[in-house]
Amino acid sequence: MDTLVVLESSRGSLHRLSKEAIAGAKSLGGTVSVLTIGKDADSIAQELSGVQLDEILIVKNEYVESYNADGYAEIVSQVIQSESPKNIVLGHTYQTRDFVPRVSARLDIPFIPDIISLSESSFVKQVLNAKLNASISSTNDQVILSFQSAAFSDESLEAGGSEVRLLNINLDSTIVRSKSEDPFQEEAGDVDLESAEILVSVGRGIEKEENIPIAFELAKVLNAEVSASRPVVDAGWIDSFRQVGSSGSNVAPKLYFSLGVSGAIQHVVGMKGSKSILAINKDPDAPIFEIADYAVIGDVLEIVPKLIEALENS
Amino acid sequence: MKIAVLVKQVPGSESALPLSPNEKWIDESSVTFVMNPPDNFALEEALLIKEKNGEGEVVVISMGPSRIQKVIREALAKGADRGIQIEESDDIEKDPLTVGKKFASVLKEENFDLVLSGLQSDDTGMGQTGVLIGELLGMSTATLAIKTEVKENKIKVKRELESGWFQWVELPLPASISIQSGLNIPRYPSLKGIMGAKKKEIKEILLSAQNQLSNLQSMDKVSIPQTSKQTEVIEGDTEAIVARIVDVLKKDIKVI
Repeated sequence: MDTLVVLESSRGSLHRLSKEAIAGAKSLGGTVSVLTIGKDADSIAQELSGVQLDEILIVKNEYVESYNADGYAEIVSQVIQSESPKNIVLGHTYQTRDFVPRVSARLDIPFIPDIISLSESSFVKQVLNAKLNASISSTNDQVILSFQSAAFSDESLEAGGSEVRLLNINLDSTIVRSKSEDPFQEEAGDVDLESAEILVSVGRGIEKEENIPIAFELAKVLNAEVSASRPVVDAGWIDSFRQVGSSGSNVAPKLYFSLGVSGAIQHVVGMKGSKSILAINKDPDAPIFEIADYAVIGDVLEIVPKLIEALENS
Repeated sequence: MKIAVLVKQVPGSESALPLSPNEKWIDESSVTFVMNPPDNFALEEALLIKEKNGEGEVVVISMGPSRIQKVIREALAKGADRGIQIEESDDIEKDPLTVGKKFASVLKEENFDLVLSGLQSDDTGMGQTGVLIGELLGMSTATLAIKTEVKENKIKVKRELESGWFQWVELPLPASISIQSGLNIPRYPSLKGIMGAKKKEIKEILLSAQNQLSNLQSMDKVSIPQTSKQTEVIEGDTEAIVARIVDVLKKDIKVI
């Protein structure tokens, strides 16, 4: 086996990043098999029945019906040992971050996380708040890789079929030491960021809570919804259900109009699919400008009130 | 309850980041360093747990060259009881597994009940150290904690999942837990704290040559990202900028 992709279930369906990870795995060359674990394994295998893969490996176990770090670390480690894939590939999700380092430490296999692209024999990862790219390589026989959102497109997946193989894995009840309760969602209000046509998004460059209303005023004249980056939510200036990014919503509006958003990588992964990005920021080096279609280097507090005025008059 | 907090010193978000001559990392001589922001939340959480328990010890541990004593001292001023510096040359370790093994070898001697760390560092951003250490020391692990509740021999944490979902997980101690930013409001050091920190111990540990580990991954080169996108820079005075934005909204993006 050349490459094994460890899949993730997102509330019963295949996680979008897992599908992109399969596309990433294909670009490494060689055969690609996938592993799906738990109570959703059959439906996820079904979802992939039209995709060209070597094998779909399924593990079911009473202690790992749904995700827990102890169980996943054990199962994935056992499968790596028995199947000996050269590359172990995953989407760079919160779940990956939760258990994959345990596999890496247990088997002494390096884990190169959050990869955005491949360049010859090395992997490119953003560092220093996405201000620089780093090329990382490994001399080890086996390597674990996780791919950032949108690093690969799942549209490139070749149609075809695969063999399904059920793996028998014995787990001792003492393996799962932690007790995981069911995931839950908190109050989301009536705001639906994911279907908004235009988002006015606020970042830390708005400077203080008293300035937040200008974002809502701009949103009003544009008939837009207001979203925010994490620092603004953490400061308590805007409700958490308006957060865009790896821990918030994943959006792709017609226009993403950002006000003082720096473009930290955790934010960008949640919005880089936007059709147009117009960014205002005082800092000419803000990483948001690398993905912006229109870059306005200037002060939000000076420009936006004048813009609202102009839009009201036009 | 004996708590370790892993703290890293990283370039500040506003710092200049000139490439080093060999382009393997940045030239640190003109970099301004700060405590890695997520680690600051981990430190605060450790101090809160200790205060709530009414007893215990908070030990702050950092790895790096002599410059990192500043963040250890800052943590001591905020209330940590003592510090440990794992000494390193200016060429900081970037292989996460090697970092994890070095920390684990030092933490092992101390028998901590709880290890807290920030979810990732603002420099290399590997986001693995806390979990690697947990595995290497046989501890239970959880990541992205946004609430902690310590109980008898257990800790319950509220974990942040993606897209606004959450989950409670209960772990037996000892445990290594990575902390999500924003779960508390980190304190500033008091004047008394700053004075008191000067008397607190910072133990310097130089790992012996037999502890030298071979790296399984290496950072070979860093570079400034090349944007592939055609970006129009809108410049001028406020009036000209506003006029062009209105034009773009009307004619290019066609949203008004």
